[in-house]
Amino acid sequence: MSEPSSSTYYVPENGWYPIFVAATVGAMLAGLGIWLNDLRSDESPSIYLFLIGCFGLTGVLYCWFAKVIAENHAGLPNADVKRSYVSGMAWFIFSEVMFFFAFFLALFYARVFAVAWLGGDGAKGLTGDYLWPEFEPVWPVVENPDPGTYPNPHESMAAPAFSGWLSYLPFWNTVVLLSSSFTVHWAHTAVKNQDRRKLIGWLGLTCLLGVLFLILQAWEYVHAYQALGLTLASGIYGSTFFILTGFHGFHVTLGTVILLVQFYRAIIGHFKPNDQFGLEAASWYWHFVDVVWVCLFIFVYVL
Amino acid sequence: MSAIIHEHDDHHHGPAAGITRWLFTTNHKDIGTLYLWLSLIMFFVGGVMALLVRTELFQPGLQFMSPDFFNQMTTNHGLIMIFGAVMPAFVGLANWMVPMMIGAPDMALPRLNNLSFWILPFAFMMMISTLFMEAGGPNFGWTFYAPLSTTYAPDTVTFFVFAVHMMGASSIMGAINIIVTILNMRAPGMTLMRMPLFIWTWLITAYLLLAVMPVLAGAVTMVLFDVHFGTSFFNAGGGGDPVMFQHIFWFFGHPEVYILILPAFGIISQIIPTFARKPLFGYQSMVYAVASIAILSFIVWAHHMFTVGMPIAGQLFFMYTTMLIAVPTGVKVFNWIATMWRGSMTFETPMLFSIAFVVLFTIGGFSGLMLAITPADFQYHDTYFVVAHFHYVLVPGAVFAIIAGVYYWLPKWCGHMYDETLGKLHFWLSFIGVNITFFPQHFSGLAGMPRRIPDYALQFADFNMLSSIGSYIFGFSQLLFLFIVVKAIRGGIAAGERTWDGAHGLEWTLPSPPPYHSFTHPPRVTEAEAHS
Repeated sequence: MSEPSSSTYYVPENGWYPIFVAATVGAMLAGLGIWLNDLRSDESPSIYLFLIGCFGLTGVLYCWFAKVIAENHAGLPNADVKRSYVSGMAWFIFSEVMFFFAFFLALFYARVFAVAWLGGDGAKGLTGDYLWPEFEPVWPVVENPDPGTYPNPHESMAAPAFSGWLSYLPFWNTVVLLSSSFTVHWAHTAVKNQDRRKLIGWLGLTCLLGVLFLILQAWEYVHAYQALGLTLASGIYGSTFFILTGFHGFHVTLGTVILLVQFYRAIIGHFKPNDQFGLEAASWYWHFVDVVWVCLFIFVYVL
Repeated sequence: MSAIIHEHDDHHHGPAAGITRWLFTTNHKDIGTLYLWLSLIMFFVGGVMALLVRTELFQPGLQFMSPDFFNQMTTNHGLIMIFGAVMPAFVGLANWMVPMMIGAPDMALPRLNNLSFWILPFAFMMMISTLFMEAGGPNFGWTFYAPLSTTYAPDTVTFFVFAVHMMGASSIMGAINIIVTILNMRAPGMTLMRMPLFIWTWLITAYLLLAVMPVLAGAVTMVLFDVHFGTSFFNAGGGGDPVMFQHIFWFFGHPEVYILILPAFGIISQIIPTFARKPLFGYQSMVYAVASIAILSFIVWAHHMFTVGMPIAGQLFFMYTTMLIAVPTGVKVFNWIATMWRGSMTFETPMLFSIAFVVLFTIGGFSGLMLAITPADFQYHDTYFVVAHFHYVLVPGAVFAIIAGVYYWLPKWCGHMYDETLGKLHFWLSFIGVNITFFPQHFSGLAGMPRRIPDYALQFADFNMLSSIGSYIFGFSQLLFLFIVVKAIRGGIAAGERTWDGAHGLEWTLPSPPPYHSFTHPPRVTEAEAHS
């Protein structure tokens, strides 16, 4: 790893993109903050700064990526730079794993400690006995300690017995997402074999499966809110359920957009067997959201 | 092997003209400079807040500010010093020194580098602007414990959350860049076990950042959801637990304190061998000690919250693991002392700050050991003893190491020597000021003075007055530092390639100031040079 592999080094030229990304991210988040605070007060909500930030960010990122791709086609970056991209992406995914780790930590802490203690069990059980003696420590929590503030859901999303899985939506979501991991892998293999027809086919199928997953997930959310009364505000079960599946869904959305961009790039013939970092990174990211989903399916739905 | 061979890139060899040099730069030295200046500005902003706090505490009673404003000052002082002063200073030093110390022309991902810096001014503008809003700024302490940051928070908590998100993104991108640079861009012969200690400590720090900054992002996100979307992560009424916040926060928070000190260890490990004119004692054990500290830092977090109540097995576990950290830390302290043993020592300003670091950081380490003893911590918890402890490891610890690093490398950066007489004066004023400020706080804390309260009982009056006087000495003497730095940048005696006659390492083979892209021809590093 230690020796530079090529005889030339490439420093990219100065660019306006990074500082504009910083500025538009700042505008987007400041706008989101203003909007959220307006919604909580009686002021009429103002969403303009948030939208300006979002569109600005999209535009700048488009220009930045277009520039990097153009530089790549001009042959400017050497093997060292590409190796840096690859390991940079790997460590970025590691940081994403740690982001989900925080929410899984919350889930495990709530299930193992907080709910048990509130129900009067364990080392800190006395708290629960004093505060809410009627509260029963069961997971999923469908009867909250204080239902006046946090209305109870009618039902949880917990998986039925194994025989009932065929009519259980999250099971089909798992099937969809797991198969998309195979299709994106086959797309990657196809580009290495210089088979563009297969690349476009498998990549297109992956995008479709990603979109299908998102549609099913949205359907599940509507069902949860309307039929089950399961919302963000319906206690710790709803909180952990929606924050974990919600951030996962957000990452699937990002991953699908990234894959769609790669799909377009595949159609216009950007990828070569030895030069396809964009596709490789997208594929890694997709495998990552897949692994997160498997953990979610096991720990949020099944167990 | 030479750098930048593409002919049409020739016009990028030097800096661009005008303001765009700084706005659009992809150069590691320019970005390092930006980081260091931002850090110095934030150091003064956070310092003014600290002086306001000390002014209110000069006498018992409420004189100058409302308790709410006092809380805003302590909160923002902590946040700004940690995320605005110390962390950017370390990243700035890494930007300047990592490519020069490993024999690379620049950082591996230069545009990402620019983004990691420029996101910070926006983040701090967002955070500081809350102080001028009607609701007032964050007032829940830098640890933003729920429910202070959820149920009872001012509206501006929303902006606080997003500012922390931006700082975290900046740190993660910076950490990725540093890891990739160190692993992919070393010069031929620069094997891992030949890397200077500063590189080693930063590599390990970068891994800590990657592992815990996302957890902080998760924590602030849950706060945001509890505030705006009715979730009950930290509210027992919905089956959550405010104590869970503390666990998640300190899972980030404890590795964070090593993020604030490991690069300081690296700087000190560069400086002491130079002025003792001896190779670093126990290089390998230093590397393994830093790695052990980093690994242990993930399993000690609950020692910050002994009094919150946890099963006795948990208390014992966190007490023993915490005490275990004293072993690798002791290895480091003894190695620094052994490096100085029978060295032909001279006491230039960087060395003075480094020796003060070793002595005063060790005092902070010992008070940390006292705090690790669970039953004793029940008495010390949330008192000024804790304040004294972490200020001893952060001010004469992290901040002194940063100042030492600046004095040590400033001649390399700008090509001029700083004013040695003024530098020594700065050192003595800082050394005396810092001890007058924080040493009495051990006593008032042990006697039971609680932290984060704008008023106190009469028996603490003398210690507090002393503390405030010390803080003015320390605070205002930093203006002298600013003057010395600016003076050295504007001119002075030429520094020469090897500024310090005992200095070793690749950065001292470059001219002072070094060329815009550090190494055009990768140097070859041999075993003898690496550990001399």
